[in-house]
Amino acid sequence: MRKEVETKAERAGRPSLRAELGAALGFVERNWYLTKRYFGWEVVFLFYTIVNTLTIALIGVTTPGEAGPKVLYLVVGGLLWGFLSVIFHDVSESVAWERWEGTIEYTFMAPIRRLTHLGGMCMYAVIYGLVRSVVVLGAVALFFDLDLSGANLVGGLVVLAVSSVSFIGLGLIAAVLPLLSTERGSQATHIMEGFILLVSGVYYEIEVLPSWLHPFSVLSPATYTLKAVRMALLEGAPLVDLFPFVGRLLLTGVVLIPLGLLVFSLGENYAMRTGKLKRSG
Amino acid sequence: MVCREVSKTFYERDETLAYLPEYRGLVGRWRYLRTRPTPVRAVDKVSFEIRRGEIFGVLGPNGSGKSTLVRLIATLLLPDAGSVTVFGHDVVKERLAVRRLINRVSVEASFFKKLSALENLRYAARLYGYPPREGTEKALDILERLGFNRRKAFGSLENLSRGMQQKVAVARALFTSPVLLLLDEPTTGLDPRSKREVQDFILEVRETHDTTVLLTSHDMSEADRLCDRVAFMDEGRFVAEGTPSELKETYGRPGGDGTVSLEDIFLEVTGKEWPGEEDV
Ligand SMILES: Nc1ncnc2c1ncn2[C@@H]1O[C@H](COP(=O)(O)OP(=O)(O)O)[C@@H](O)[C@H]1O
Ligand SMILES: [Mg+2]
Repeated sequence: MRKEVETKAERAGRPSLRAELGAALGFVERNWYLTKRYFGWEVVFLFYTIVNTLTIALIGVTTPGEAGPKVLYLVVGGLLWGFLSVIFHDVSESVAWERWEGTIEYTFMAPIRRLTHLGGMCMYAVIYGLVRSVVVLGAVALFFDLDLSGANLVGGLVVLAVSSVSFIGLGLIAAVLPLLSTERGSQATHIMEGFILLVSGVYYEIEVLPSWLHPFSVLSPATYTLKAVRMALLEGAPLVDLFPFVGRLLLTGVVLIPLGLLVFSLGENYAMRTGKLKRSG
Repeated sequence: MVCREVSKTFYERDETLAYLPEYRGLVGRWRYLRTRPTPVRAVDKVSFEIRRGEIFGVLGPNGSGKSTLVRLIATLLLPDAGSVTVFGHDVVKERLAVRRLINRVSVEASFFKKLSALENLRYAARLYGYPPREGTEKALDILERLGFNRRKAFGSLENLSRGMQQKVAVARALFTSPVLLLLDEPTTGLDPRSKREVQDFILEVRETHDTTVLLTSHDMSEADRLCDRVAFMDEGRFVAEGTPSELKETYGRPGGDGTVSLEDIFLEVTGKEWPGEEDV
């Protein structure tokens, strides 16, 4: 009897990196199960995204001038926005989703660090976003004759990888909103997503926006992602030329991720103090 | 497990007020937001201790603060005052350590309902640090003991009866070998047969596992059957505490048939009629 107590008490004090990593993968696995169960919807959303990207790219064909670069410009916008919005959305909705399922308290009382929990969610969001983007790109390539001969593909990928870091940070900050207010929080994350879409120059140069929006464009990490990826793919800019953007995105990520984690843990404590996590039952 | 003078107050604005004419429109809305939220003392200076291996019951009508008490112990709410320690670990200061020692079952089976029982258990296993292979084996083992065939184990949980879901919930809580198991009205809303089965399962657990249990309920006969000691909770306070037979001896005035039920004791202590199942 006594022995048993001690071993369990020991277990209570023992943080294990392997267990944390396993738990992070647990989130990846769980989200994969969910994706599988909702596969019908996945196909529908994917179809919609592909058609959406195609219709936008077709604008490049109908406007006067040489179609190729314009189509590529728009396709890059559609693909990147697809990728970044999926990451932002998956991460920022992770709380709202579990609240809807009713599992939130079980996830929050699991003996793991919040970093592990959120890290697992982000990992899946990035993988999921990448797979989706590749499928959409494949579909678009079937439709258009994209000329990527002069493109710096590696550069584009580097920018993409770095920018996902800052979007994870943004997502983490947004994820706290549903913790603060059950319904409004989720509404707010959608508004935030729309606003980023507006100011980041996804389908146009930010210069066309009214000047009062420019400060927001400067703040949005998506602005730099789009600019840099377009430079890489459309102009074949070498990695050196992309460095200022990569640096900037990296810096944004390095600031936003710890900030996101901090904001999230403050939000979690607030929810635990006020009873916002869940009340029924 | 020790609770010392634990209190929790929630502040709530009366949502229905917002629909009154004087609170309509922008100005009204502003005024509404300046109304003072009313405090609800959900848990009010509660102290008790649960000994190792014991099944401790907290009985109280709806809204008496049972779930809030459970959440305070489960590190899901921060207490306003007082302290809770789970086998020496403070729930506020050593949150992670406490989380490794406890698990909980709530009224509604909180699962990803589209996922299968196996997938849900596998996920739980991961969270509690089991390697995937071991987690899967253990999950299958548990489901087999609950009488699941392959189809049930792999089919989505929403197709299972509430009783079955609740048994999976108890199994999930157990499989992490918690030192303290928190069962928050695990049988409420179940039909009599499922209720009995879940209760049997809890008794079996007590035989086979070295687990301390805190069980909340508003079913007196359940408490009589399962609990070593019970406490009555009313409006956030513990109003009586003891073994069922002690309580009957102290407070009991035999009813017409010469026996004392826990319902009679509740009436005696609080002056309130015990609400029937229908009112719940
Ligand atoms: N998260 C919460 N926010 C605000 N009020 C709450 C919350 N949880 C419980 N309450 C209030 O606290 C009181 C006790 O609730 P609860 O602990 O759920 O009781 P029980 O589980 O015994 O039915 C009730 O008046 C309830 O409305
Ligand atoms: Mg309750």
